[in-house]
Amino acid sequence: MSSAASPLVLGESGLFDPMAPLAPSGNLRRRRVVNVIVTATATAAALAAVAMLVIVVYGVLKRGISSLGVDFIVQNPSGLAGGGIFNYLLGTAEVVALGAAVAVPLGVLTGIYLTEFAGRRSRTAGVIKLALDMMQGLPTIVVGLFVYGLIVIPQHRQSGFAASIALAIVMLPLMARSSQEVLLLVPNTLREAADALGVNRWRTVLTVILPAALGGITTGAILAIARAAGETAPVLICDSLFTPDGVTTNIFHGVPTIPMLIFSSVELPIPQAIARAWGAALMLMLFILIANIGARLILARSRARMGR
Amino acid sequence: MTAWDRTAGDGHAPPARVRLRSEPSIPLPRAIANGAASVETRAAVFDIRDMAVHYGSNCAVARTSLKIYRNLVTAVIGPSGCGKSTFIRSLNRMNDAIPSFRLDGQVLYHGHDVYGSRANRVEVRRRIGMVFQKPNPFPKSIYDNVAWAARNLGMRHGLDERVEQALRQAALWDEVKDRLRDSALGLSGGQQQRLCIARAIAIEPDVLLLDEPASALDPVSTASIEDLMHNLKHRFTIVIVTHNMQQAARVADRTAFFSLDTTGPDRFGTLIEYDDTETIFRGASDSRTRDYVAGRFG
Repeated sequence: MSSAASPLVLGESGLFDPMAPLAPSGNLRRRRVVNVIVTATATAAALAAVAMLVIVVYGVLKRGISSLGVDFIVQNPSGLAGGGIFNYLLGTAEVVALGAAVAVPLGVLTGIYLTEFAGRRSRTAGVIKLALDMMQGLPTIVVGLFVYGLIVIPQHRQSGFAASIALAIVMLPLMARSSQEVLLLVPNTLREAADALGVNRWRTVLTVILPAALGGITTGAILAIARAAGETAPVLICDSLFTPDGVTTNIFHGVPTIPMLIFSSVELPIPQAIARAWGAALMLMLFILIANIGARLILARSRARMGR
Repeated sequence: MTAWDRTAGDGHAPPARVRLRSEPSIPLPRAIANGAASVETRAAVFDIRDMAVHYGSNCAVARTSLKIYRNLVTAVIGPSGCGKSTFIRSLNRMNDAIPSFRLDGQVLYHGHDVYGSRANRVEVRRRIGMVFQKPNPFPKSIYDNVAWAARNLGMRHGLDERVEQALRQAALWDEVKDRLRDSALGLSGGQQQRLCIARAIAIEPDVLLLDEPASALDPVSTASIEDLMHNLKHRFTIVIVTHNMQQAARVADRTAFFSLDTTGPDRFGTLIEYDDTETIFRGASDSRTRDYVAGRFG
């Protein structure tokens, strides 16, 4: 050791020498190895997650693609396992649309309450957020059972309407939370600007905040709808398995839906029925994939328009 | 160019488009140079009596009393953290959103208590407009930005003329008249700030509060905003917060100097001196004011 003036001692490599070549020295070699291992492990884990999706998509595509065709989409079923699935597609659209018609406005209004009207320290808002999170974790079969007791038993009838209400309960927390998150992204300076112009908060929300957040809210709605379209347990409990073979618009009776078609088809010991189930599964999956991609595009566009 | 003609019509020379910041001497405020009536004969828009502002237990602005006069530009200057922004935001109740905000004393606006039990804060802000430090246009078209408040306040009649008028007064019309339907976010920072001023004056407020309106802008944009103020004060009463002393000297008729009181255990903002701008910059009576305007601290 020379003196207290050279405190930069680097382990076994001796004194720190600023004039040495810039090749790795000291424990940097070991650190580089650790770095490569950690990077590789994390990348592999990320790839595995993507691989799962690819495998599922591939499996469904492989088995379902043979059933897919124009007839499969536009024709009603005939016989035990023949024809298309048009009435099932329409039925799912009816049930999900009614559920969304209930859940989307309620969800957006809940989000608006949480971000725009409840104070920052509001206890009510805290309770609502907690309730929404718990609702989101609620098993959907429990939601289905609840609506079974609420609507199906008093009416003595399973119906598309009951399934819609159950799906609305599934969608509501998703909708409320996503709306809240998007509304929080709207810069506070806009609220301040609007306040300083002497305009009521409600008008500000309607004409400045909501338009600014519309892209994000639409995205949230699409994702909630995609989730509800594939939801099986509530539909299974609340909607009837015994539905008309043709198109039905009577929402208060049994309405045929895709998840139920898949469920009942795979129960049948007929290869054509199994194939139909795969085809229906492919339709459902494609809808969800396209909805997700579309939602992302809308979000990206609205972000670009907001200038962020 | 009607807006320019009208404002230039009462004995004031039209302002130079661009004044350099490096101008060596401090120019005389225009109102004093032109022999305007002394402030004592002017009507007070704000009569602030013993106003003190607390955030929780922290005092932000200590007891302050001053009068703000009609059709003058009143500047509020002082070092960072001296409560300038708190002070100006208290005038139109923009601090109400802060949960721990508390105001003692009285803010009388034309004799009405701004914080009185019958005063509605939306109505307060409708009459007392505000422009903020960072330009904050709505993500809408240029036209809709200016028309938005008027529409929502039920002033739909002659909206196009109103928008044009406001943009002319904000000296922005010639730059945007061909692209009123384009997004306001495509404008430059200086243009956005003038758009925010146009948006504020489109609903014809009585008072315009400007919270460091030029601090995020380049010198040329700053100069155009300062020019604007000379014209706007004939129609509005203007209060401007600035940390730029030269700016206060250039635009203000009256200047209030706030400083940070650090003598006690707690630091709080306090009004040191309030007088004609000329007096504050040339012959302030308080040594702290003299030190500050001479650039010795802050």
